[in-house]
Amino acid sequence: MSADTAITARRADFRRSVAAKVMLTPKGGIAGAYLILLVLLALFAPWIAPYPYDAQNLKIASQAPSLANWLGTDEFGRDVLSRIIYGARTSLSVSVTAISVSVFVGMALGAAAGYFGGLFDRAVTTIVDLSWSFPEILLALILVAIIGPGLHSTMFAIGIAYLAQFTRLTRAQILSLKGETYVEATINLGASHGHIVFRHLMPNALAPVIVCGMLATGDAIILEATLGFFGLGAQPPVPSWGAMMSSGSALIFKAPWIIIFPGLVVAVTVIAINLFGDALIRALDIRARLREG
Amino acid sequence: MLSYALRRLLLLVPVFFAISAIVFLIIHLVPGDPLDSLARIGSSPEQKQAIAARYGLDKPLLEQYFLWLGRLLQGDLGTAIVLRRPVADLVAQSLPYSLALGGLALLFSSVFGILAGLVAAIYKETRIDQGIMAGILFGSTLPSFWLGLLLILIFAVQLGWFPVSGARNWTALVLPVLTIGLGGTALVARVTRTAMLETAQKDFVLLLHAKGLPALRIQLRHVLRHALMPVVTILGLRIGWILGGAVTVEFVFARPGLGTLLIRGLNQHDYPVVQACLLMLAMAVMLGTLIGDLAQAAMDPRVRSALQ
Repeated sequence: MSADTAITARRADFRRSVAAKVMLTPKGGIAGAYLILLVLLALFAPWIAPYPYDAQNLKIASQAPSLANWLGTDEFGRDVLSRIIYGARTSLSVSVTAISVSVFVGMALGAAAGYFGGLFDRAVTTIVDLSWSFPEILLALILVAIIGPGLHSTMFAIGIAYLAQFTRLTRAQILSLKGETYVEATINLGASHGHIVFRHLMPNALAPVIVCGMLATGDAIILEATLGFFGLGAQPPVPSWGAMMSSGSALIFKAPWIIIFPGLVVAVTVIAINLFGDALIRALDIRARLREG
Repeated sequence: MLSYALRRLLLLVPVFFAISAIVFLIIHLVPGDPLDSLARIGSSPEQKQAIAARYGLDKPLLEQYFLWLGRLLQGDLGTAIVLRRPVADLVAQSLPYSLALGGLALLFSSVFGILAGLVAAIYKETRIDQGIMAGILFGSTLPSFWLGLLLILIFAVQLGWFPVSGARNWTALVLPVLTIGLGGTALVARVTRTAMLETAQKDFVLLLHAKGLPALRIQLRHVLRHALMPVVTILGLRIGWILGGAVTVEFVFARPGLGTLLIRGLNQHDYPVVQACLLMLAMAVMLGTLIGDLAQAAMDPRVRSALQ
């Protein structure tokens, strides 16, 4: 067996053992199972949802949960359960896409700032510190107000709102790794910047940033729901958990189930993401490194 | 200590200018000419010119910024475009509502957060600890507008204890304070618990146990005092978060505060109002962080000596 295949095998082993450590803890296992189920529901929504998300029937508008409509119907007689299942598509795709792009850009900015230092680092750090003065929800609200409502601007706004966090964390990781002996040795061996950053620094900085991104996805789901609640997110008839609650808030006295169930799904999903993230932090043993940011 | 406080205050000056520049620029990035919302439909170019001159919109951007900044430093926040009133008046009118809500919510989350964290740490790894921490995890993940609607449903509609919305008297404050406070409680409790458990590992605590002091007294008089340091920092940092939450919660409860003013300004493209609200909120975040740091320096001699 050559050295390369040995390393590949060890990597696979490590991945398997982390996955086992996360899924075998009761909290991580339940949370993981719920999240997998939610993703499957979102993917196969047309086959799973009992009704189409936009099937209106005014004869059964605002009806309480029943055998035909397990979670009741909304003001247009649409099935709340079906809309929640389709809404998972919107909420998950918006938050996951936004956070992925944000993590990617944040890592690039943070790594460049931490590695090269100098004026660029000063500029990045200053902007990051300044954006700290605006809470994420405010930043997102204003960005959406500027670009106009809709799913794309929601994604953009969420991505920008969390960018500072990932930039800061990556920069801190790179700075602390830069002083390690093996990096100094690589520099002295005459390695190029690209080789040092991509081969040695980034792989070691990756885990905390990814986990932080995973936890931020939970916050992003709440942020997406909040923007949707203000009518700034998904536009009708696209179902999203926030938009469902927005239209339901007018009927809170008459048909409270329209807002209760989507909110409950948001809460449970965010709890599952937090529990899963916690289990991941424990399995990877990176709690101390997450605090550096 | 005093010199440190002064130095920190002075450092806020450049930050203030940077934030004011950002706030000024954000509004000018909005697509659409501010003139369109000022001038009546069908205005002639000359009329538009006159309006532009009156609001100073015909000058270069940099000059506009310095003019705006100059007026700002004199306490003149401009005139609201839609509401046609001085923005300073609007802000002065809504600020007390937001301050009352934010202040009480902060007080609520400090008191109950520290209490919950304390109890959880004393009974660590028992049912009580697990129950408190599970409840807190649940409370911290609820979207605040949803929690607000739920509280309205239970306590205002079903039980009729508190008004659904508005700000007529103090009872109208209860539900909004609960809504924001519950979210903050979670974080404070978690930080308190972690800090208490970490402090309990220290040598001086071992010594206190060796001296034969009662365990509860050690926890309350010695461990808690040390553990409060990070809590104070978090509380300072959380002021911004509480204000951000206040924006949504004020909207849900139709409270005439800064958040409601901001949302209305955003919806009506009333730039001077949005600028003023943003500036106030950002300044509050900065001051919150500063107060947190100063409180920590006042409480902890080690931080003070490190600053000298």
